Amino acid sequence: MIEERAFFIDYARCIGCQSCVQACAECDTHRGRSLIHLETIDRHDSVQTAPQVCMHCENPVCAQVCPADAIKQTPDGVVQSSLKPRCIGCSNCVLACPFGVPRYFGEIDQMMKCDMCYDRTSTGKRPMCATVCPSQALAFITLDEFRRTRGGTAINEWRFGDHPVRTKVYLVVPPETPPLLQIQGLGSARPSGAFDRNDVAAWLEQG
Amino acid sequence: MARPPVDIPSLVAAWGPHVNRVPAGGWTTEGEPDRVVQTHCCFCGQQCGIQLKVKHNQVVGFEPWEDFPFNRGKLCPKGVRRYLQNGHPDRLLEPLERVDGRGFQPVTWEAALGRTAAEIRRIQAQYGPDAFAVLTGASLTNEKAYLMGKFARVAVRTANIDYNGRLCMVSAAAASKKIFGIDRAANPWSDLLSAEVILVAGANVAECAPITTDYLWEARERGARIIVIDPRMTPIARTVDLFMPVRPGGDIGIFNGMLHVMIERGWIDRAFIDAHTTGWPAVAETVAKYTPEYASRIAGVPASLIVKAAELWGPARTSFLLHARGIEHHSKGVDNCLAAINLVVASGRIGREGCGYAMITGQGNGQGAREQGQKCDQLPGARDVENPEHRHYIAGVWGVPESSIPHKGLSAVPLLEAIHDGRIKGLLSICFNPAVSLPDGHFIREALGRLEFYAGIDFFLSETMRYADVVLPGSLMEEDEGTTTSAEGRVIHHKKVVDPPGAAREDWRIICDLAARLGAGDKFAFRSPREIFEELRVASHGGVADYHGITWDRIDREHGVFWPCPEPDHPGTPRLYEGGRFGHPDGRAHFQAVEWRPAAEETDDAYPIVLTTGRVVSQYLSGTQTRRIGALVDQYPEPRCEMHPRLAASLGVADGDFVRVESRRGALVVRALVVKTIRPDTVFVPYHWPLGRSANNCTVRAIDPVSHIPEFKICAVRVTKAPPPDDAEAHLGPEAGGLA
Repeated sequence: MIEERAFFIDYARCIGCQSCVQACAECDTHRGRSLIHLETIDRHDSVQTAPQVCMHCENPVCAQVCPADAIKQTPDGVVQSSLKPRCIGCSNCVLACPFGVPRYFGEIDQMMKCDMCYDRTSTGKRPMCATVCPSQALAFITLDEFRRTRGGTAINEWRFGDHPVRTKVYLVVPPETPPLLQIQGLGSARPSGAFDRNDVAAWLEQG
Repeated sequence: MARPPVDIPSLVAAWGPHVNRVPAGGWTTEGEPDRVVQTHCCFCGQQCGIQLKVKHNQVVGFEPWEDFPFNRGKLCPKGVRRYLQNGHPDRLLEPLERVDGRGFQPVTWEAALGRTAAEIRRIQAQYGPDAFAVLTGASLTNEKAYLMGKFARVAVRTANIDYNGRLCMVSAAAASKKIFGIDRAANPWSDLLSAEVILVAGANVAECAPITTDYLWEARERGARIIVIDPRMTPIARTVDLFMPVRPGGDIGIFNGMLHVMIERGWIDRAFIDAHTTGWPAVAETVAKYTPEYASRIAGVPASLIVKAAELWGPARTSFLLHARGIEHHSKGVDNCLAAINLVVASGRIGREGCGYAMITGQGNGQGAREQGQKCDQLPGARDVENPEHRHYIAGVWGVPESSIPHKGLSAVPLLEAIHDGRIKGLLSICFNPAVSLPDGHFIREALGRLEFYAGIDFFLSETMRYADVVLPGSLMEEDEGTTTSAEGRVIHHKKVVDPPGAAREDWRIICDLAARLGAGDKFAFRSPREIFEELRVASHGGVADYHGITWDRIDREHGVFWPCPEPDHPGTPRLYEGGRFGHPDGRAHFQAVEWRPAAEETDDAYPIVLTTGRVVSQYLSGTQTRRIGALVDQYPEPRCEMHPRLAASLGVADGDFVRVESRRGALVVRALVVKTIRPDTVFVPYHWPLGRSANNCTVRAIDPVSHIPEFKICAVRVTKAPPPDDAEAHLGPEAGGLA
């Protein structure tokens, strides 16, 4: 039996090249529209970027808040784009998703979102973004392969305030990170006076 | 009379760049593609495998090619969107002739080729054979590169042929030849994975060789420590073990300083040095004065960082050096590379698994295109145009008297200078856009305007082709067939995917036709690119870059073959220098002692800031192709001037303000991008754009004395806040050199 492959996101690997964004728009089910998000955290401070695919929650918030019951899950847990005949374009899902994934497209009056390239994964291919990703910040591999080849910890349990969320997609975090990510609004900024490793001037002044 | 026939906005309106946003056949293709062709990306030296989908003789999309071993399906944004060049509204579909005051008008192939041949012979009769020059490119296949070298020497009979690899790989090539005796990456990329420490010097891997990123991160997962040397914190530098924000031009300080510490701490391989090298005493003597403190003053980084780098590199059991244009684009580019490679040889860590060295080749066929004889100083097989034995062998292959092969000609920058001062009167170019890519842009464009006759072969009307008298519509990579040689030294096969559109022709047919009109038809009687490759195999045989054992069939069966491969039963050579056997006749590596020296133009009170130039991930070289692809233009529409907040504050500039960047030679006006990720004494502008957005308006026309690479990485500028430009060019689209 072949172990099922899972989706991993590793922000430490991301180089911000936007291959995922460009390739997402080439996926057959929504060609011409890119559904992945690539966040530039703060270009003035850092080159850090962070890709965001749909995390495919076990009990998806987007579907829970949909008044038209337009967002369905496949039997294997992939949360799909809204059903066109049902979607009323209210954007409840867009506002409710803790990961900011669904997008409302006004020109077609419909919410569309990452469906982990269901047309590809259901036929044994990898999702488009994870296939092309030059840094493999987006990786579609088995958990066993992950444990053999990657140093970080893969987590898929979150708590947004009091709300627990378990996701099909894993986030790779440093090994010492606790296995459940608690998200409590915006974290505090780096303490002032600490070495800012993103500031080239700081590198020049050390030593 | 080579001048743009009408004003620039009129030319842009007629010939672009315009952006293509929608694939041939639209976003929703009806039914399955007619075929899916396994081939390679046309852009950088990594030459990633990709599958192109074809319907009705048009490329309508792509599919990753996960079986190709180098990239396993991975692609950068340029690779993903490259197929949008097909069915492009700017595509040149028929030969054109310049009509003064009216633009470019269609003519027949007969008229265009006839006039070109007549002008070549007129100019040569009037001014001498070398007064007509040929400029070529490193995006050409091996077959075309071979053909161009032969065409210049046998059909045109000029010494003056050179190529745009002169802006790319020549410093690395010269250094590699001096120390190792062979000009090629020493190792396949797979050796990166078992390196304990990786030194990345002047290589913005994330943006210029994106697929290499995964090799670095895989090595890191296995425990590798990574050092990055760059004036900017590039995307890979963000998370590496040691980042060294070197002062532009200070690299030798770091390398010699590291070697000084390695000697002091006993981290050199004496046994290897004794058995396999020459020249060590001179190197040891030279670096004796490069104490961390002395080296620090040259490098512009704290001495402690140089010591840390030596502590990571010195005692490792396996290691890999990668370098690219960041250390090579200097008037001391060769010396920078030599100093870096000395670190590899002194460690003895070369020619084994996980131990090695690679230059990161920039252009698509940057490796192969310099081996097949289109450099002014080389004949096929990476042979020397001044070596009597080499000349004799190639004369035999070509069936011409040895004495008829011209001697060494001018390299690209001196060649443009010779056009400027009237020694060269005519030019044929293919796949080269010097109006954007050469330094001191105003001088270069002035030179182009002085040509008596200029004919160009290309698929889009590049900024340089606007100066042409005759425009010959050639072929995109996927419209022709042939081989390239990737950064690894792996010879791979680009399949023909579609036919050229309209009356456009495969480049090799154009060249063979022209050769026939110059009276050399019998030497250019090729019926296919495969026949050209068969001659190339023989021409390269016995040379350093020996392709004799490589066939197209073998390439397809084996996912590429690494040269040297002298015989059909030879397995090819993925890793050079195994057993400490180097390419020089004595079998040894030749250490080269290197002293630091200043740049051609250092800063002063009038021009107090260093301008350094480079690339962004969504654009490629002079942008002839990538500035025509909408999705890539949208990703990074126009160049910005990166500067540190401290510098910005001292200049009174806020993020997004327009700034004028001005050197002694010219200026550009772009928006400022205020970021902490660059040295406060340096600004960065990427060079892919023309006109008032061209970084090369500022760069200095200074070249390395050995490699003749221009000093793109250092010139002195002043930067001032500027009002938004309001001239006609500024109102063009950003893809044409205007502003978004």
